[in-house]
Amino acid sequence: MTAKKQDTPSGEQEQHKQETKRILNGFSRKRLSLIPILQKVQGKLGYLPREAMTEIAEYLDIPAIDVYGVVTFYNQFRLNPPGKHSIRVCLGTACHMKGGYITLDAWKRRLGINPRETTEDREFDLDTVACVGCCTMAPVTVVDDKPEGGVEPTRVDGILLAFGYDTVTKDKDKSENK
Amino acid sequence: MTAAKPDNGNKQRTIFICQGTGCISGKSLEITEALKKAVAEHGLPGVKVDFTGCHGFCEQGPVAIVEPEGIFYACVSVADVPEIVESHLRDGKPVERLFYKDPVSDEAIPYHKDIKFYNMQQRIILRNCGRLNPERIEDYIATGGYESLKKCLKEMTPEQVIEEVKRSGLRGRGGAGFPTGMKWEFCRNAPGDQKYMICNADEGDPGAFMDRSTMEGDPHTVLEGMTIAAYAMGSSEGYIYIRAEYPLAVKRVRLALKQSEEKGFLGDNIMGSDFSLHIHVKEGAGAFVCGEETALMASIEGKRGMPRSRPPFPATSGLWGKPSNINNVKSLATVPVIIAKGADWYASTGTEKSKGTCVFALTGKIANSGLIEVPMGIPLRKIIYEIGGGIPGSKKFKAVQTGGPSGGCLPESYLDQPVDYESLAAAGSMMGSGGMVVMDEETCMVDIARYFLSFTQAESCGKCVPCRIGTKQMLDILERICRGEGQPEDIDLLQQLGENIKAGSLCQLGQTAPNPVLTTLRYFRDEYEAHINEKRCPALSCVKLISFYILPDKCQGCGICLRNCPAECIAGDKRMVHVIDQEKCVRCGTCLEVCPERFGAVVKVSAEKVDVPDEPIPVTAEKPAASAT
Repeated sequence: MTAKKQDTPSGEQEQHKQETKRILNGFSRKRLSLIPILQKVQGKLGYLPREAMTEIAEYLDIPAIDVYGVVTFYNQFRLNPPGKHSIRVCLGTACHMKGGYITLDAWKRRLGINPRETTEDREFDLDTVACVGCCTMAPVTVVDDKPEGGVEPTRVDGILLAFGYDTVTKDKDKSENK
Repeated sequence: MTAAKPDNGNKQRTIFICQGTGCISGKSLEITEALKKAVAEHGLPGVKVDFTGCHGFCEQGPVAIVEPEGIFYACVSVADVPEIVESHLRDGKPVERLFYKDPVSDEAIPYHKDIKFYNMQQRIILRNCGRLNPERIEDYIATGGYESLKKCLKEMTPEQVIEEVKRSGLRGRGGAGFPTGMKWEFCRNAPGDQKYMICNADEGDPGAFMDRSTMEGDPHTVLEGMTIAAYAMGSSEGYIYIRAEYPLAVKRVRLALKQSEEKGFLGDNIMGSDFSLHIHVKEGAGAFVCGEETALMASIEGKRGMPRSRPPFPATSGLWGKPSNINNVKSLATVPVIIAKGADWYASTGTEKSKGTCVFALTGKIANSGLIEVPMGIPLRKIIYEIGGGIPGSKKFKAVQTGGPSGGCLPESYLDQPVDYESLAAAGSMMGSGGMVVMDEETCMVDIARYFLSFTQAESCGKCVPCRIGTKQMLDILERICRGEGQPEDIDLLQQLGENIKAGSLCQLGQTAPNPVLTTLRYFRDEYEAHINEKRCPALSCVKLISFYILPDKCQGCGICLRNCPAECIAGDKRMVHVIDQEKCVRCGTCLEVCPERFGAVVKVSAEKVDVPDEPIPVTAEKPAASAT
């Protein structure tokens, strides 16, 4: 399972354009609207496809590179489509000290992707977050916007199991077949 | 306990459940619903179920307080609801097993006021957090809220307000510690008809959550402080810049704005005066550098959040080139109290140069982690051992890091230093926004320096060379050392780079980023030397320098480690001593975590070889006495 850069089908592109236009109508054509617009478009589409960014640039009458520049500057914005479920591994100080990076390794291993990527079946996307402010429950993983505390490698499997992904027995089968 | 007479729930009682982010993730929303349902089922007319913002004691979450008695319940779950309702709310008999237990004495403490974590604190900024419902303006008004604003508008000139804040000695709580009153005066005196008042709520430090908790727990205090500041400066437009990663804080601030406008505390002609203020919420898009004031303003303008050189200072040329003032959430939350109780009252707390209180997010290897507010000048030891309850698991204290990712790590010899702006700076650290991370003997100081630097390096905006390239160089060297590939000359090189980056960077991010490395070099040089010269990590933390072994004289051949090993690198069978393939091992530590405590067969070592068989051999170890079967 690796994330691949795929061209968006043209039907989907057209739909993205229309959605973006609808959102743009609610904003003034001023530069200060750029970040709120991007936030709203991403909220609707889940990410910021090329066609949405060019649409926004045209509306605000600024070069498309300025939109792209802002999108790549801020951590909140993403350039590839999200998975059905979002996994955000907290790498704040408290989580780091309690082994957050080991938890991240476990997620990477189980999902077969790197942070900021989406699984090929678009079920999960993985990312890191600097801190969600739940330091007392470290190590934290935010699963679909819900912070889960004490997520150590063994709990990663438990969370995936709750979504119907039985990674543990699969592994066990593998080792028993050997 | 005196036997309370059943009062059939006629007694007036309110149970407040914490609905801060920490407790919500512990299912406090579900607990509130269950309580409401149970209270309704039992028909208890005198009992109210309500919620508050963060109490600060997130370690014990979800927490609840029953008033008027002030009984404090810790670690409440949905399953506890029937007992709380039947025993306490109906029959007046508090549920003892949910009382907080002191980590040192193991004594159960029923009352909120008796808990050491709370009673050693002095709460000014957080005075209302956990005490009122943050979604109801009436609760805030009932505690005297918006009275200070009224006093300013009706009885004080803007100059008098500035004078009062100057006299109080309040200094910016965002980290730099610049006197707040002076900042306001500069902005007031700057020529220009349009001035902007900005609240910096872009709390991006990993490990710090006091601004979030203040906005979630008491949003009106921040708005009132902001309105007073705007009045003092003559500003009619305000912005609150909040991290988008704090959705609950955004929601509560927006709601507070709406309520405040409805009551006439915001908008045109506030309280019948000729002063008007409109406040807008801007959601930050996640860039640490936007905590720097010029970067924050660039971000509001819709640009990449990059700092620019100062002067001109924002007070003369800020947002869109107009005079602007930026204050941190905590500074603003203090303002209404200063106006209400007077500058002298505020200045009576703290030290000569640092007045008032400071808020810390106490985390890491500490028993009572959470949010605390203490007077300036308190010794670190008191915070860590008395309020914080010490290091859990009888581990040894190693260091405390203050000031967020660019603060310094201070060793045990600094524990009796007072906490204030000057003392921390002299020790090589800083006040910063108030993160306080406690580290024990299991924390590797080289790795923690690498960790902090990796954060600041990734968040460097890339505008100036020392920060962009210098921090990358330092990080490369630290990663090399953590991998066991460090060279003896690396220590001097790190020192030199660090000093140059501090001297040459444009903004605070670069000027402070080397702090964790420089302080660990100063106080924990032996750990760097162990990594470089012996390829050993004394704290057994650096993944490349450690190994796991299964001791043949302790292994019972139970197979738990084999089944759980994610790398499938453990060989073994029933009643055979298991063996880890060191080549394939990813050093995740799962085997150590799952090996039953009574066997204790897995060990973690660094730069040592443990004598183990190459292949599984039959178990010879005697079964430990503790296992009954």
